[in-house]
Amino acid sequence: MTTPSVRVFHKLEGLFSIYKPPGVHWKLVRDTVETNLLKGINAAPPPGPRQRVQFLAEPTSVMAEGSSELTLSAASVPALAHHPLVSGPEFQHIGVGVGHRLDVFSSGVLVLGVGQANKALTDLYRSHVTRDYTLEGELGMATDNFSHTGRLIERTTYDHITRDKLERVLAMMQGSNQKALLTYSKVDMSTQEAYELAVKGELRPDGKSPPIMTGLRLLHFQPPHFTLEVQCLNETQRYLCRILHEVGLELRSTAVCKGVRRTRDGPFTIQHALTHQHWTSPDVIQAIRQYRSSRKAGKAKHTQPGKDTGTASQRQEMAEEAAVTGDSHRLLSVLTSKAFGS
Amino acid sequence: MSCVFITDFYMALTCIQLCQRCTSLLRSRSVGIITLQYSTDAQNWPAALWNSFIVPVLPSVLQRSPSPSQTRQRWNLGVRSYCESHAKVQPSQTKHGNTDELPGTDMVSYQNPLSHQLRDGGMLLKEWQTALDLDDAPGHSALEEISHEEAVRMDIPAALPPVSISLKDYVNESETLSKLVQLGVQLWKLEQRPNVGSMLLRLDFQTDVTPRLVFLKQLGVEDSRLGYLISHNPFILTESLENLQARVAYLRSKKFSAESVASMVSRAPYLLNFSVKRMDNRLGFYQQQLGLSAQKTRDVVVRLPRLLCGSLEPVKENLKICKLEMGFRENELQHIVTVIPKVLTANKRKLTQIFDYIHNTMNIPHDLIVKFPQVLNAKYLRIKERHLFLQYLDKAQYDPAKPNYICLDKLVSLPDEAFCTEVASATLKDFELFQKTM
Repeated sequence: MTTPSVRVFHKLEGLFSIYKPPGVHWKLVRDTVETNLLKGINAAPPPGPRQRVQFLAEPTSVMAEGSSELTLSAASVPALAHHPLVSGPEFQHIGVGVGHRLDVFSSGVLVLGVGQANKALTDLYRSHVTRDYTLEGELGMATDNFSHTGRLIERTTYDHITRDKLERVLAMMQGSNQKALLTYSKVDMSTQEAYELAVKGELRPDGKSPPIMTGLRLLHFQPPHFTLEVQCLNETQRYLCRILHEVGLELRSTAVCKGVRRTRDGPFTIQHALTHQHWTSPDVIQAIRQYRSSRKAGKAKHTQPGKDTGTASQRQEMAEEAAVTGDSHRLLSVLTSKAFGS
Repeated sequence: MSCVFITDFYMALTCIQLCQRCTSLLRSRSVGIITLQYSTDAQNWPAALWNSFIVPVLPSVLQRSPSPSQTRQRWNLGVRSYCESHAKVQPSQTKHGNTDELPGTDMVSYQNPLSHQLRDGGMLLKEWQTALDLDDAPGHSALEEISHEEAVRMDIPAALPPVSISLKDYVNESETLSKLVQLGVQLWKLEQRPNVGSMLLRLDFQTDVTPRLVFLKQLGVEDSRLGYLISHNPFILTESLENLQARVAYLRSKKFSAESVASMVSRAPYLLNFSVKRMDNRLGFYQQQLGLSAQKTRDVVVRLPRLLCGSLEPVKENLKICKLEMGFRENELQHIVTVIPKVLTANKRKLTQIFDYIHNTMNIPHDLIVKFPQVLNAKYLRIKERHLFLQYLDKAQYDPAKPNYICLDKLVSLPDEAFCTEVASATLKDFELFQKTM
């Protein structure tokens, strides 16, 4: 029986992304979204009151001898057992799943799924989609947890650091990461297919792998502050803070992380992520529709017959990602120079 | 033959799985077990319980006519087997042909071991499984033909389960429960609390509930609030009327006006369940600690009546934090509490976080915070986002002496759209884009 609440719930079943603010635990965010969606679902008008038939006795002439006439009258009385105040609201819990988690310190795109879409969420979670981060660092300090909120351990000078030196260190790190990617992707480097995959930037690790950065770039450098853009796989936010610390060490100084912000998670970008005032059911329904229509448009563009290296869905994901990031040619230049030059 | 075995085994397996799922469901969320309790003698029979059942019966049965004992014996057996299978019962005796005026269902003593059932609903299901012996044939077949008069005289009471996890099994038959639903009481929330469901079921509407509702109405509580009150504090229906009247008299004696007492009771449902001594203790504490006059203490308590309900320890800690950590003086603290009484019951961690951000990051001095105490009541994320946005636009100026001063009140209490247009002179879209760069 589809009541208005069930119809609203079916509209809400899908994947969407929200912007997680820094300083809140991801579970709190998920619970808030679930509460708001439940409010929206239960706000739909409840189904009408049900009636039941009760047979009442009619007072007739009753004799002790036992010759009573049996007359019963039917009356329709409201059945309170299904009243919303007695049985509660129709939906008291919905399954809201979270994709790649973000820790308390970081902020950014967090993918959520409702109901049946949680299955698609697990597929997305397990597939090798990359994520984009913007890391803000500060030179001259070292703390115990690699971020500026930790206990200070060391202070160093950073006057000797120039943009050139920083970029050289980043290029070196990127090179080692590319080598790791090639190793974990378990492709035979002497084949034509492997070369083409690498050229297109579609090499991905086969199975489990440690965190690998597929792209690393310096966005902004103003000593002591600098900003990096990272594209990575299988990472944790703690690992990214450690990367910044290692960058500082390579430069014969120290660095801490002041902010980690995820700008893209697979095909979900920051542009369509919902901020906390929009965590309500109408906005979520719209976001789901938007994602579905963009996915359909993407599928229409990318249905081309190609070489069957890798599963179709993985290639699909990567094609979507490439369309979204527009970074395929940059990755191409990096790959052709580093991986196949050394 | 083998397939018969397999189907039997499968059915048994599904039954076990169903029961396991039921037990896990029972254990997963907090459920209250609701029990009915019957007793043997007419004197012990709670009249309240009896009157609360609307059982359709034939008036012929009302007079205890000398009915054939055969049918009665048959029915006794049926009832006894039902009792044995559905509840752990020690039927002490079944009375035959007793002369009482009550509509005659058989008096079977039903001492449900309450401790058993209240402990674990899951155990009950297992007991049912073992007690129900399907091979036991009843004494008399259900297909036996009986005369029309016998059928008419046979009184079958409503098949109410003796134990249930939900009040919806009883609401159709119980006058109290149906009237409470009409008042707007949320029974689905109350049945989750332990023992409340059974308590509501045992109340009589005429003798227990009505006098208290009338009392609340006379106090000045609005009809629309009665449902809210009982949903949050069902124990107001079991509090004795003398106590309730004494507490209201005490509040009036402390010069609270009638309207303020009514507003306090409707906003703090548990207020009248606390003793006069406790309320007196709290009022004295607030007057002494805050150093306010009697009228101002009354105003504070009327604004936030739950100050009289809860424990005093969190309030003491909050006051200590305000004095020692934040460094507010006595008169400043008095002003803050009279404007925002919620500071006394706020979360310590959140309060210190907000104060730390406002005082150390935004560099707002104490006297400005005292002028606008609403900032201490706002959400930390809101203050942070708006301040950083203003800082990005170079408009973060909170000193009244300098030009382009931004009032803290406007920073915190305006909705997003009004804040963007009036205070920041930017669009809402810009603000959202900025939020995504945080």
